[in-house]
Amino acid sequence: METVLETKGAFKAFEGFVAIRDVSIDLEKGEKHAIIGPNGAGKTTLFNLITGHLELDSGSVNFEGRDITGTPPHRIVKLGLARSFQRINIYPRMTVFENVQVALIARDGRSFHLFTLGHSLNRDETAELLELVGLMAEAEEVAGELAYGKQKQLELAIALASHPRVLLLDEPTAGMSTAETVEAIKLIEEITEARGLTLLFTEHDMGVVFGIADRISVLHHGELIFSGEPDRVKEDAEVRRVYLGESHGAA
Amino acid sequence: MSMLANPTFLFYQVMNSISLGMNLFIIATGLTLILGVLRVINFAHGAFFMFGAYVCWSTVTFLGGAIGSFWIGVIAAAVVLGLMAFVIERGLLRYLYEREHLTQLLFTFAIVLVVGDVAKMIWGTDQYNVPYPHGLKGAVNFGFAIYPAYPLLLCVIGVVVAVGMWLALSKTRWGRIIRAATQDREMLAALGMNVPLVYTGVFVIGSALAGLGGALAAPRVAVSPGMDATLIIECFIIVIIGGLGSLWGSFLGALALGFATMFGTVIFPDWELVLAYVLMLGILLWRPWGLFGHPEEDSH
Amino acid sequence: MQAKSKRTLWLTVAVVILLALVPTLGSKYLVDLSTEILIYALFALSLNVLIGYSGNISFGHAAYFAIGGYSCAILLTTYDLPLIISMPAAIILAGLAAAFVGYFCVKLTDIYFAMLTLAFGMLVWAVAFKWRSVTGGDDGFVGVAVPEFIGDRYSFFYFTLVVVTVSSALLWLICHSAFGRTLVAVRENRMRAGFVGVDTKRLRHTAFVVAGTFAGIAGTLFAMYNRGVYVESAFWTESGQVLIMTLLGGLYSFFGPALGAAVLYTLQVSINQYTEYWPIVLGTVLLVIIMFLPDGIVGLVQRIRSQFARRA
Repeated sequence: METVLETKGAFKAFEGFVAIRDVSIDLEKGEKHAIIGPNGAGKTTLFNLITGHLELDSGSVNFEGRDITGTPPHRIVKLGLARSFQRINIYPRMTVFENVQVALIARDGRSFHLFTLGHSLNRDETAELLELVGLMAEAEEVAGELAYGKQKQLELAIALASHPRVLLLDEPTAGMSTAETVEAIKLIEEITEARGLTLLFTEHDMGVVFGIADRISVLHHGELIFSGEPDRVKEDAEVRRVYLGESHGAA
Repeated sequence: MSMLANPTFLFYQVMNSISLGMNLFIIATGLTLILGVLRVINFAHGAFFMFGAYVCWSTVTFLGGAIGSFWIGVIAAAVVLGLMAFVIERGLLRYLYEREHLTQLLFTFAIVLVVGDVAKMIWGTDQYNVPYPHGLKGAVNFGFAIYPAYPLLLCVIGVVVAVGMWLALSKTRWGRIIRAATQDREMLAALGMNVPLVYTGVFVIGSALAGLGGALAAPRVAVSPGMDATLIIECFIIVIIGGLGSLWGSFLGALALGFATMFGTVIFPDWELVLAYVLMLGILLWRPWGLFGHPEEDSH
Repeated sequence: MQAKSKRTLWLTVAVVILLALVPTLGSKYLVDLSTEILIYALFALSLNVLIGYSGNISFGHAAYFAIGGYSCAILLTTYDLPLIISMPAAIILAGLAAAFVGYFCVKLTDIYFAMLTLAFGMLVWAVAFKWRSVTGGDDGFVGVAVPEFIGDRYSFFYFTLVVVTVSSALLWLICHSAFGRTLVAVRENRMRAGFVGVDTKRLRHTAFVVAGTFAGIAGTLFAMYNRGVYVESAFWTESGQVLIMTLLGGLYSFFGPALGAAVLYTLQVSINQYTEYWPIVLGTVLLVIIMFLPDGIVGLVQRIRSQFARRA
């Protein structure tokens, strides 16, 4: 198997508090890799380090054989690594259509075209993406006024617009009802399959994690305490002790 | 330039720089406190300063220049401005905290226009001079040089205000709350603090400092309309240099500006204003958030 | 969306035609007023690229207006250069100044950004104030050598109308371009825009340069119209004034700021005839807008319209 994304000895502290300690994980092409851990384990911090939003104190990040440590987010996206966010992160006063269109404009390197009318750019592809995530009916609505679940779908469409090969999803079902979660997971699986994406995701719902992950890594107090197949996670004594034992959502 | 080789003149310049710096510090520290806690750029701070100077002049005039009238004027200025700030914050500003920065900024700009014209209606466009207070009309003999007593006292008052503020901010419960608020506003509510009360308190204290600074400046400068127009910019420069919300930052920033102005006048006559900006740019290149500032949260 | 753009286009054409007919009314006063409003409208529109479209509050926008004005005046008068060179050169100088200042300012955001633009704006004021030999200091730069073909009030009015119309059209295009759309995204959510591949710092810098350049155009017109440039044009209160125009008209519509400029300027001229206390009137108007009309005149009109639509 080919490794597409890899962190080596990632380390990050905030004013003395160590958020990520010596984390080395790798992501193989085509796999669906879940990162789990209690709240505050450092999952989101790890995502922020990988995508360039935060700077590593030490260690490195490699993407498709290229060292991307210290590369700003907008460059990393262009290399083919996109992400979604735990908290809704859209453009609230723009329409749903424009939310996705802007991402496509950026992907095509047209963000600095001062004299190309924006309205007619990438319309077909925007529509396609909205169709894909099931938001075509809401295309002209103001994004901030959508229902929560739909905003999450929009978030996914924005991430997909960058044409990533690797997608990082931070809690894709956070705040969703059970029915919405089922829908969302189905959608994510379909899209990953159809586009041949490699997926790295964090998730609090153990049902979802064990349902779709090929591999699971467990973070605890910023340290990686386990990485392996789902079956073996449940058997690992330490994981049971620090995590599954305390969690009520265990499958 | 060669004048700087003269030790007496050099001493004079250094003392003038510190004196000016301390006067600026008293005003700017109020501004930075409001900025740090309320996150409001208060353009009206300069107008409050001017109002303070006028109130001091009126008090001194009303009391016929009696002994102690200046100090009553200083206290009156702080109290009047504190009250004005209380009315403005409770009556209007507090409804705007949830709105965009632009709205708050324009709000304080509107207050500048209104307060400036109200001052003009009350005091007209004449220039007033406030004499040095009794007992401070002379000079102090240092042995090798003499220096006027009032500007010297300004230096002392500046240090007293700085130490007093520092003690209040670090040793009292309220002070600690205010300091916490400059770091993380959400924490205030989480700690169960009465946030609106903290905001009112900070706005009142900050504005009272502007009034105090104006009254103390009154014997140094001509009290007239427009005396606030460039002062507010000097205060902004101090806050930018020192870092938003930082007490010692504004202390250092004010001293730096005092020196840049006084020595600039000698070394680059006529360009001392520009020198202040060059100083600010230099510091910003080195530390974009000022000497004691913290980077902003980069989220939305 | 398309229908709305089309309506805006026709409305604009109608306004330009009506303006072109103003001189036929025979009132010199109206011609002068229209010229002044046109210049301020362009100034406000340029600021809105920063404020409305990219969400960056500049409190030092008067600097580029003044740089455009001084440069044009100095090139025309001191160096006796023709308009065809002076005006473009002045506009480019304003743009370059904005590029330099913007480089520092876009490193910061929100309050820091606003304070830094203000400080830079006042740096320009300080230079204009102190550099007497070139700018005339606080006496102002007077006696601008305006070319003959735009020497009288009527030809200058038409010249202004053409320049402002063309500039506004360019600004409209920029605001509705791929760039403009991305700018709005950055305003709405800077972090998200970064994560779809937008270099947000560079984008904000470009917006800063665009805004400064077009403010420079307005400045050149202002200098020639007044046959002089004064330091007050660079003062922070001037930046505040144009901000109020923008806010009064409405930040989130393209022509809102132009409307705001027209209303505020007319108000100022008429009130000045009755009282010297224009600032207190302006301050009160501003307080009312802030407290009760957060989206400006255009927002108010839209709200009233939707009220009627609901009732119908």
